[in-house]
Amino acid sequence: MLSAVIALSVLALLASFGLAIAARVFAVETDPRIELVEEALPGANCGGCGYPGCAGLAKAIVEGKAKVEDCPVGGEETRKAISEIMGISFEGGQVRMVALVNCKGDDQVASKRFFYNGIHDCASAALIFGGDKSCSYGCLGLGTCAEACPFGAIMMLESGLAEVEPDKCTGCGQCVDACPKGIIKMVPAERRLHILCSSHDKGAAARKACKTACIACQKCVKSAPEGSIVMDDFLAVVNYDFDIPYEVAEECPMNTIVVRDPGDDARSGCEEKTAAGGGA
Amino acid sequence: MPKLLLIIISAVLVNNFVLQRFLGICPFMGVSKKVSTALGMSGAVLFVMTMASVATWLIYHFVLVSADSVDHFVLIGADLTYLKTVTFILVIASLVQLVELVLQKLSPALYQALGIFLPLITTNCAVLGVAVLNIQKDYSLLETTIFGIGAALGFGLAMILFSGLRERIDLCDTPRSFRGTAIGLVTAGLLSLAFMGFTGLVKL
Repeated sequence: MLSAVIALSVLALLASFGLAIAARVFAVETDPRIELVEEALPGANCGGCGYPGCAGLAKAIVEGKAKVEDCPVGGEETRKAISEIMGISFEGGQVRMVALVNCKGDDQVASKRFFYNGIHDCASAALIFGGDKSCSYGCLGLGTCAEACPFGAIMMLESGLAEVEPDKCTGCGQCVDACPKGIIKMVPAERRLHILCSSHDKGAAARKACKTACIACQKCVKSAPEGSIVMDDFLAVVNYDFDIPYEVAEECPMNTIVVRDPGDDARSGCEEKTAAGGGA
Repeated sequence: MPKLLLIIISAVLVNNFVLQRFLGICPFMGVSKKVSTALGMSGAVLFVMTMASVATWLIYHFVLVSADSVDHFVLIGADLTYLKTVTFILVIASLVQLVELVLQKLSPALYQALGIFLPLITTNCAVLGVAVLNIQKDYSLLETTIFGIGAALGFGLAMILFSGLRERIDLCDTPRSFRGTAIGLVTAGLLSLAFMGFTGLVKL
């Protein structure tokens, strides 16, 4: 009995002393700033920066491999905090980017070629002739982007479209990579006017597939300041460097151009303020 | 030599730790959603099982057994074999801690690769099971080492097969009530049934 108690205690003591000594001998010196920077980061571990989690980015920032502003999620506050830890003066003025789904063709306006009854995932739907929509560029509406979003900022509308809630979006860009159609783009949050179409089809073909497709009529190009909307292979594309007057949206005969108001709360932020009487 | 080979085949196929002895089910279900994590886990188990087998064998044969039953030197002499479970847990836990410390210092790459899995298996029942079985079967030190490696290989085989199956099941149209762990358990049962086919392959 006594020998058992003594034997076990001695064994445990030896093990603990051994570990304590080993911890001293094999101590790995880490830069204390790494921990501080990691604390300052949002801790969402979304991978938006390209490093394995916030700890990875913290290490890279301290080692000088990454920049203070490399966390796409953390706002001004985070950057300020990290700059203070790193002793770098912080120049503000970084533009907040949010994701935007460049498609407006919901089930009411966009026709379908066939009935897709496979796995509920855009990537696998896209493998079958590019998806069930007649428009080969359109949003498949199966929510692969919403699942990829670590912040729950993408909601799937009843009408079969994905929509980003700009208030919740942190701009990590995960959805951009997840979308097999490549129709999610990062845009500056302060810009409200968007052309919600990705179709490069010619006007007639695009119109046949979707009632709100860009038909390359170029009306918006002519009414907007020069260079602010450009034609790219039968698709009008907004150049977000410009602040385009919202009246341009009224010019669109297909109602493709929308003006969104991200200032409101999440729900109403997703309602489109299509300029009234916009042709068609 | 043939006995060592038989020990390996027995541990990997016939008496597979997960699918026949039902040891180490928690990591088997927990970290088998992706093949890559299953590989990491298997690597860590291989590492720890081999180390733990040797360490516990040494502790048992040089500390715990009574001096009368063996003819080599014994540290205490009194019969403490009934303490083997407690002692093994202690030894394995400290050993894993030590290994983690050493790895972090000497081989950061391996430390990164094993990552979270190393501390996870500190008190894994499969690791403890190997240690106890080695004693029950009265293996020599070499046989113990081989058995530890074989058991870990068997664990890894089961993990990788199972994670591959689960990756495929994720893409299937599973009935709602079966999704996730439920169908995982059914699959594990079927896999275990399949491994029953190896029974009688070797006599050991």
